[in-house]
Amino acid sequence: MDFHFTPQEEAFRQEVRSFLAEHLPPADDREPETLARWNRALAEKRWIGFSWPREEGGGGGTLIQQFILKEEMSKADAPPLGSDFMGLQWVGPALIRHGKEDQKRRFLPDILASRTLWCTGYSEPAVGSDLASLQTRAERDGEEYVLNGSKIWTSAAHHAKWIFLLCRTSPEKESRYHGITCLLVSMQSPGIEVQPILTLTGNHTFNQTFFNDVRVPVNNRLGQEGEGWKVVMGALANERSGISESTEMERELEALKQLARRSRSGGRPALEDPSVRSEIARFETWISAMRLNGMRYLTNQLRGGHPSSETSVNKLMRGRIEIPMMELATRLLGNGAQEGGSWQERALTFHGTVIGGGTPNIQRNIIAQRILGLPKD
Amino acid sequence: MNFGMTEEQDLLRSEVRKFLDEQSPMEEVRGAADTPEGFSRALWKQLSELGWVGLVTPEEYGGAGLGWDDLVVLLEETGRTLFPSPLLSCVMAGAAILDAGSEEQRRAWLPALADGSCIGTVAVLEEGDSLLPRDLRLRGEPDGDAVVLHGEKHFVAEAGEADLFVVAFRSGDADEALSLAVVEAHAEGVRSETGRSLDPTKRSGTLHLDGVRVGPDAILGSLGEAGPALALLLDRGAIATSAEMLGAAEGLHAMTVQYAKDRTQFGSPIGRYQGVKHPLAEGYVDLECMKSLLYYAAWALEASPEEVPLAASQAKAFASEAFSQMGITGIQLHGAIGYTQDSDVHLYLRRSKWARPAFGDEAYHYDRVATLGGI
Ligand SMILES: Cc1cc2nc3c(=O)[nH]c(=O)nc-3n(C[C@H](O)[C@H](O)[C@H](O)COP(=O)(O)OP(=O)(O)OC[C@H]3O[C@@H](n4cnc5c(N)ncnc54)[C@H](O)[C@@H]3O)c2cc1C
Repeated sequence: MDFHFTPQEEAFRQEVRSFLAEHLPPADDREPETLARWNRALAEKRWIGFSWPREEGGGGGTLIQQFILKEEMSKADAPPLGSDFMGLQWVGPALIRHGKEDQKRRFLPDILASRTLWCTGYSEPAVGSDLASLQTRAERDGEEYVLNGSKIWTSAAHHAKWIFLLCRTSPEKESRYHGITCLLVSMQSPGIEVQPILTLTGNHTFNQTFFNDVRVPVNNRLGQEGEGWKVVMGALANERSGISESTEMERELEALKQLARRSRSGGRPALEDPSVRSEIARFETWISAMRLNGMRYLTNQLRGGHPSSETSVNKLMRGRIEIPMMELATRLLGNGAQEGGSWQERALTFHGTVIGGGTPNIQRNIIAQRILGLPKD
Repeated sequence: MNFGMTEEQDLLRSEVRKFLDEQSPMEEVRGAADTPEGFSRALWKQLSELGWVGLVTPEEYGGAGLGWDDLVVLLEETGRTLFPSPLLSCVMAGAAILDAGSEEQRRAWLPALADGSCIGTVAVLEEGDSLLPRDLRLRGEPDGDAVVLHGEKHFVAEAGEADLFVVAFRSGDADEALSLAVVEAHAEGVRSETGRSLDPTKRSGTLHLDGVRVGPDAILGSLGEAGPALALLLDRGAIATSAEMLGAAEGLHAMTVQYAKDRTQFGSPIGRYQGVKHPLAEGYVDLECMKSLLYYAAWALEASPEEVPLAASQAKAFASEAFSQMGITGIQLHGAIGYTQDSDVHLYLRRSKWARPAFGDEAYHYDRVATLGGI
């Protein structure tokens, strides 16, 4: 056990800090041109897709360097590393693991250069937690698949150029996990229609996406026909490990402390209320645990493992932390919470994060069944 | 950066586990807990000979010279089997003497503590049951270059069996004007007795000090300046206790998971029902967090001292809440069998109730986390 960073790792941290000192745009400037400039500077450093292998266009950074990079970026409240979030977090890694050479060459450079935006098509109107029961079908027709069905809750589909999609290519037989195929589909394809769905905050972030005789070249299949479940298991673990990064929680905690310092509760400074103090301390402890869990799992990966069921641990931790944290924030705001503002907005959006990527019950099932070996229900 | 156990640590774990599984199964634990001393002298001797009692005592004082990041592995295993022994107390007394004592004092006491021939413990708490420096009232009355102690220490682990007590007392009015001294059980005016304990595998009691004279050779460091040493000692206690809690929680959790696989109702193992499997999954999340927080705190003791107070408090606060919940869940998921004397589940529940307040409960530690976190 050694949590000290090596001199090389510390030097890398310094490099990130100097980069931030030079390139970090002001907090109130997130204009598209500014972000484009930011992403170009990052791309020059190869810090977008930093841990991907260099031969795939990544930075060849170690997992530890990647951890340091993300941590420093988050502390500085920097804009994201690259704009194609899903492309970077799970589509790219899935391509690297399962893609053919020409597929990697076609897709990876655009993801790294933020020229594409990917969205993800798993859920369907009748299919949520039980993903393997999906019904969107693709029929083979020569060198193409013909895709029919509809996906729902597709985040960013209204901006995306590509969708990472799961469909059924043969009926459920012996195993319901067999016969599912992963396709990479251009959102410009004829026959796709995207209809907005407003989230409870009134924002348009996700959609229902319809596929009507959409023709997809067979060459856009990722992995073997019928073997898409394998691809998606890895992708889901990557999605959860992204969702469960503690850095964002750390920022929220700092903001919550600030709020508590200037708030009053029952006519007294809120920090004189022991329940407020202990609640904040509990969040801080839970966030530390999350961060350290992440570091332990990183060590497993350094020793050769891939992200897997253990990512459900921090996904559940995040669920335990974020909603109560926002509840405390709204409690501190009191009646003022009715007036709107960024806290109020976040207090509502976190109800979505806990569901996206798989609900808490599903994470509990994963742990109980795959880690503890309890029977399936 | 590397957050994994070393091969040596894995080896230590498997050796300790093998030893305890073979030598101290639950019947043995129950038997030992039933004796007047509360532990088996024979096993204690073996444990000492294996070098585990003096695991973190430096080699020049007769120990194995390993670190606290290794010690937590040992304590996790003794916790897992609820092994009754004065190990934790001896480690604490040794640490106090090593941290705060002079070279002579270390030579005087550490070898006997490391080889198990002397049972040591620490005596800090008083009737008010508070760890805050200002609540330590026992005063050392100066008498030449010695001090005289008049009063009582409560909740002293192994009070009845200890040969040596590291006693905390006050040497001035400022909150932090504290001192530490070694008081031997046979010294004049010293009396101790074991009290009743909810957890039969842990003994504690009261130390009576009736005009006990403590000479300069037994005072650790300078009078009135042991505040920082005592704070470190309490952090060590919180970390060591968290390690035993983690082990016990793992033992209880494994036992409950096994029961959920074995017990059948409504035609299938009860572990299939979410009302059973989900609390077990949450328990797993708790165990993972306990581990991470504990290992970090133990590492900090060896390598990053300024992080110890926060890390120790986070580890102990989390463990206190999580293990208590696991005790409650453990009984419930066992059904009526869990409510019997014969089942081992209640021994774990009892342990959780012993461990929660030991070296500070979650209220104490969360308050400290808040203060250290700037609020
Ligand atoms: C903000 C947000 C963004 C999203 N983005 C995307 C996206 O980009 N692409 C995409 O494909 N999907 C997306 N999703 C969908 C998300 O993956 C699903 O919502 C999620 O998997 C749950 O499915 P569901 O909503 O159909 O709920 P259901 O599966 O119907 O579940 C409803 C309730 O029943 C519980 N439940 C269901 N099955 C079980 C069981 N076996 N045991 C115990 N409890 C159970 C659930 O825990 C939940 O509480 C997004 C969702 C949100 C909220």
